[in-house]
Amino acid sequence: MTTPIIEVKTLSLWYGKFQALKDVTIDVEINRITALIGPSGCGKSTFLRTLNRMNDLIEGVRITGTVLFQGRAIYAKGTDLLDLRQNVGMVFQRPNPFPISVADNVTYGLRVHGITDRTVRDERLQRSLEAVHLWSELKDGLNRNALALSSEQQQRLCIARLIAVEPEVLLMDEPCSALDPIATARIEELMAELKKLYTIVIVTHNMQQAARVSDTTGYFLLGELIEVGPTPQVFTAPRDSRTEDYITGRFG
Amino acid sequence: MTRLERNDRLIRLGLLMIAFSAVSILIVITLFIFSEGTPIMFKYGPGRFLFGLDWYPSEKAFGLLPMIVGSFFVTAGALLVGVPMGLACAIVLTQFASKRVGRILKPVIELLAGIPSVVYGFIGIVVIVPLIRENLGGPGLSVLAASLVLGVMILPTVISISIDAFQAVPPTYREGSIALGATVWQTIRMVMFPAARSGIVAAVILGMGRAIGETMAVIMIAGNAAAIPGSPLAPVRTLTSNIALEMGYASGEHREALFATGVILFVIIMALNILANWTSARRKR
Ligand SMILES: Nc1ncnc2c1ncn2[C@@H]1O[C@H](COP(=O)(O)OP(=O)(O)OP(=O)(O)O)[C@@H](O)[C@H]1O
Ligand SMILES: [Mg+2]
Repeated sequence: MTTPIIEVKTLSLWYGKFQALKDVTIDVEINRITALIGPSGCGKSTFLRTLNRMNDLIEGVRITGTVLFQGRAIYAKGTDLLDLRQNVGMVFQRPNPFPISVADNVTYGLRVHGITDRTVRDERLQRSLEAVHLWSELKDGLNRNALALSSEQQQRLCIARLIAVEPEVLLMDEPCSALDPIATARIEELMAELKKLYTIVIVTHNMQQAARVSDTTGYFLLGELIEVGPTPQVFTAPRDSRTEDYITGRFG
Repeated sequence: MTRLERNDRLIRLGLLMIAFSAVSILIVITLFIFSEGTPIMFKYGPGRFLFGLDWYPSEKAFGLLPMIVGSFFVTAGALLVGVPMGLACAIVLTQFASKRVGRILKPVIELLAGIPSVVYGFIGIVVIVPLIRENLGGPGLSVLAASLVLGVMILPTVISISIDAFQAVPPTYREGSIALGATVWQTIRMVMFPAARSGIVAAVILGMGRAIGETMAVIMIAGNAAAIPGSPLAPVRTLTSNIALEMGYASGEHREALFATGVILFVIIMALNILANWTSARRKR
């Protein structure tokens, strides 16, 4: 048993009057992959976005409960949001590289955080692209516009962009849903490598994917975290009948 | 062919003719300006119009350079005032989007667009011109006064087009940047601006076209001296003012020289429009 890097306690979230998360309590363990599954609209993305306070961008959101990152309450007054988001980065469902060059995409976070030293930048650029296995493909095309890459390359680039700022946690919201099965398999391999250095929380619609890549699985239903546990247990011997209905396809 | 089908064809033919007549009116106007304005330009040589410094039409001095420079100064001044303000409004409305601010700003901007230009000129005369005269010196009727007023007049154009430009940027760019720990301002500067650049360029060009074409307000506050202004506080005459001020009484070659002014103006504005279309076409790709 390792120590949790993120501890969520009785977290509830409202969009206006609509309650999207209900009393969610979960620990995210360090250097593990935690998968969140559940039917569409059950609050997976919403939950993921509470972990780096991306919901702050949406008007009318109200949150109660606590989220601790490395022991500190991120919803407490005086939290440095920029620092939090540097440490808890996010990969989105659709690859969203900026419409600038490959190199500028990767070094974007560094520039944002005031790291201007050229040698540091070049070194991180190479290291980040190597980490996502894009370096050999792209080292001669670093000035190409990132939008010209394939979807898979774009998603890898988005991961590299995060890694460049040396985060602790990678939040991934259905990172493979815009990719074909082969690209998906390769991104899954990449995640397995990345978990040695980072903690990953991944939202996925694909139960096989959760079963393949994750160490811990949480099942969301209508804003509630119904069950969370080691992935093999959740998939073979779920404790809650609702989880069982879902994973055996008897849902709905 | 049934009766309904025949009706349909008639209606289509009718609409086509109306649409075509709009186009042909445009063509007729263009031909008219050019046929009235170009002969005199070639009679005395276009250089005399484009680079001549003196405008004494009765003595056959048709130098339009002061007016060309005047239009340029006033337009550049208007952009200096209007573009930063317009972009600031567009940014507030699209990026910091608090609904309350939007509810106040949007109607105000629409109102600005609806005010007739005489009213702008009038405000310029009673407010801006005395302020300049008393605080900065000179006659008050000046490049500066015209720039300030025109700067406000081009705001609606600049704002609405740059709002479109910012809104056309996928929201995922913004999210991606914020999620990397960027501030909103860094996001605007490093992601939104580059992504919206061609749209912003189009906004500036169309604002420029609006500023060059504006006549009434400029006549009222620019002083209209047909000489190259030596400072922002000096009076100035634009191409449009030149035509509007003198067309009422001009005849013979004087009148033709005013049409020549129109030709130059026409060419400048056409060039700007083509440039704007070209940049927005590039944006769509
Ligand atoms: N900005 C918002 N304003 C209001 N309601 C929202 C907003 N975003 C999400 N919701 C609602 O909150 C609920 C949870 O949405 P969320 O996107 O978190 O679900 P999800 O589990 O990620 O679904 P999916 O699998 O389709 O991505 C849904 O009912 C959704 O309609
Ligand atoms: Mg989702």
